[in-house]
Amino acid sequence: MSVSSNSMFLLVLAAALLVLPFFVSDYWIDVCVFWGINVLLGLSLNVIVGEVGLFNMGHTAFYAIGAYTTAILSQRFGINMWVLMLVSGLVSALAGYVLTAPIMHLRGDYLLMVTVGLNEIIRITLINNPLDLTGGPNGLIVMDQFRFFGRVVQAPIDFYWLVWGCVAVLLFGLFRLQRSRIGRAWNYVREDAVAAEATGINTRWAKSLAFMLGAGIAGATGTIYATKMMVISPDSFTFAASVTLFAIVILGGTGSIPGVILASGAMMVLPELMRDFAQYRMLLFGLAMVLMMIFRPQGLWPSTRWSTKLREGDGQ
Amino acid sequence: MVFFLSQLVNGLTVGAVYALIALGYTMVYGVMRLINFAHGDFFMMGSYLGYTMLVTVLANSGLPLWLVLLAATVIATIGVALLGVFVERVAYRPLRRSSRLAAVVSALGVSQFLQNAAMLIWGARFQAYPPWASPETTWRIGGVSISLMQLLIMGISLALMVALYLFVQRTTAGMAIRATAIDHDTARLMGINVDNVITLIFIIGPALGAIAGVLLGLYYRQIHFTVGWSYGLKAFTAAILGGIGNIPGAMVGGLLLGILEMLGAGYISAAWKDVMVFGILILLLIFRPTGILGERVAEKV
Repeated sequence: MSVSSNSMFLLVLAAALLVLPFFVSDYWIDVCVFWGINVLLGLSLNVIVGEVGLFNMGHTAFYAIGAYTTAILSQRFGINMWVLMLVSGLVSALAGYVLTAPIMHLRGDYLLMVTVGLNEIIRITLINNPLDLTGGPNGLIVMDQFRFFGRVVQAPIDFYWLVWGCVAVLLFGLFRLQRSRIGRAWNYVREDAVAAEATGINTRWAKSLAFMLGAGIAGATGTIYATKMMVISPDSFTFAASVTLFAIVILGGTGSIPGVILASGAMMVLPELMRDFAQYRMLLFGLAMVLMMIFRPQGLWPSTRWSTKLREGDGQ
Repeated sequence: MVFFLSQLVNGLTVGAVYALIALGYTMVYGVMRLINFAHGDFFMMGSYLGYTMLVTVLANSGLPLWLVLLAATVIATIGVALLGVFVERVAYRPLRRSSRLAAVVSALGVSQFLQNAAMLIWGARFQAYPPWASPETTWRIGGVSISLMQLLIMGISLALMVALYLFVQRTTAGMAIRATAIDHDTARLMGINVDNVITLIFIIGPALGAIAGVLLGLYYRQIHFTVGWSYGLKAFTAAILGGIGNIPGAMVGGLLLGILEMLGAGYISAAWKDVMVFGILILLLIFRPTGILGERVAEKV
């Protein structure tokens, strides 16, 4: 049995991440924490954009809903962070369903514009401080932290294990999902929605489910972000952040999990390695998006599902 | 009543700017079935180019004000039109036979590139148009104040829209544009050079955007590299409101959106006005995606 390139990649990555903390400073640990947070967000958006092909460029809205749910409930009721992570995920998933159900039928480019609008609506709502819940432009303070068997998660290294542990759990789940009935239905909808509908897939439900799952993961990531930053404000959830996530998924190769990890690494870690690169980052990513569509539309690390399937069929 | 009329004047002013930008979206969409996500950034580039002309070459030229403004506008317009043609050639033409979403991603890439280029060139902070450049004259008619700048914006936009409408309806080149909008292949069989038509579209659209950019800079005085997206999104809403692909629709949609926005800001809440605009966009796309004047939007499968 040959090991697929996906598994190879993940094994190398896991080995590197396990030994890394013994060699680098807290500063680099922190960089890797933000890389991991972006991997979680990128993977959640990849469910929507990559697996089902729905162009969502307002994903930060769901991340914001999760972070604010955590901050508000933690401040008022002091609920345990693990519970809040679940609650935030559920609230975001619900928002993902409610907000996108009426617009699900829209064509790709229209859907993209509407999700940009949704992102702005959520951000402006947070700034306007409805019912005195969101703290307005200053945002909210999060005092509580995760606790893991009595250990308070607050040092960079604690967050490092928390974030990458979550990535590992999520990866396991997503790989299972890709191979499941739902995962195959999603890809079918992406490739040809009409044909998918004709074979009995409820495309509307498949799309809603993707939005709920993607929004839910982003919301749960919002909890981690809130405890890491300790202050959250509308400035963290701008349209530009949504564009960055969208670029991560597209550049990595839509539907490709290693692609998301690589592209978010390029987005978060490269600017730290090369200081001069930091200010040109989005400029170069914009250029890369154009060049990639022309020369390599399948992305950095293309999703291998279809080619694998074809090879399996060769012997029959 | 006075308040209502004032808001109406303000609404018509921003609406005229939206309409000029919306024309660019609608023309590209009409001919290529592509939402040009970089269009708002052409507008932003026009605003910055006009600013640069005003603060450098034209700052102490000693020419009369109207000539200075005209020169700044013309140079910004030519610069952005060239940029538009270049972008189409480099980023959109190679993708004409690819999937529509590939072109959308490419357009997003161009948008990111232009925004960040503007940030690197002009800085991340707000830049201010020089105060001497904007005419200060203001009249009061029955309590409603209306400035020369507002009249200029409305007058210039209206003149440009009428000129564009006549160009598309009455000239041979306009006929070629309309024919290409209906069917590329048939147009080609009739001897129309489709590439040239698309180049023409990418001269006119960005040029109108650039003029809107300079006018807005003179009106609000402050510009920022992110204005492309915020105004672009509103102009896109205006284009949808009027019926995308439809030139008179873009004008009607732009003016209507401007009025709705300013009345909403005046009577309901200024802090929530953008939420109202994007809410209108969402409701429109759900209930009447063809807009007010768009009737023939048959989707080919």
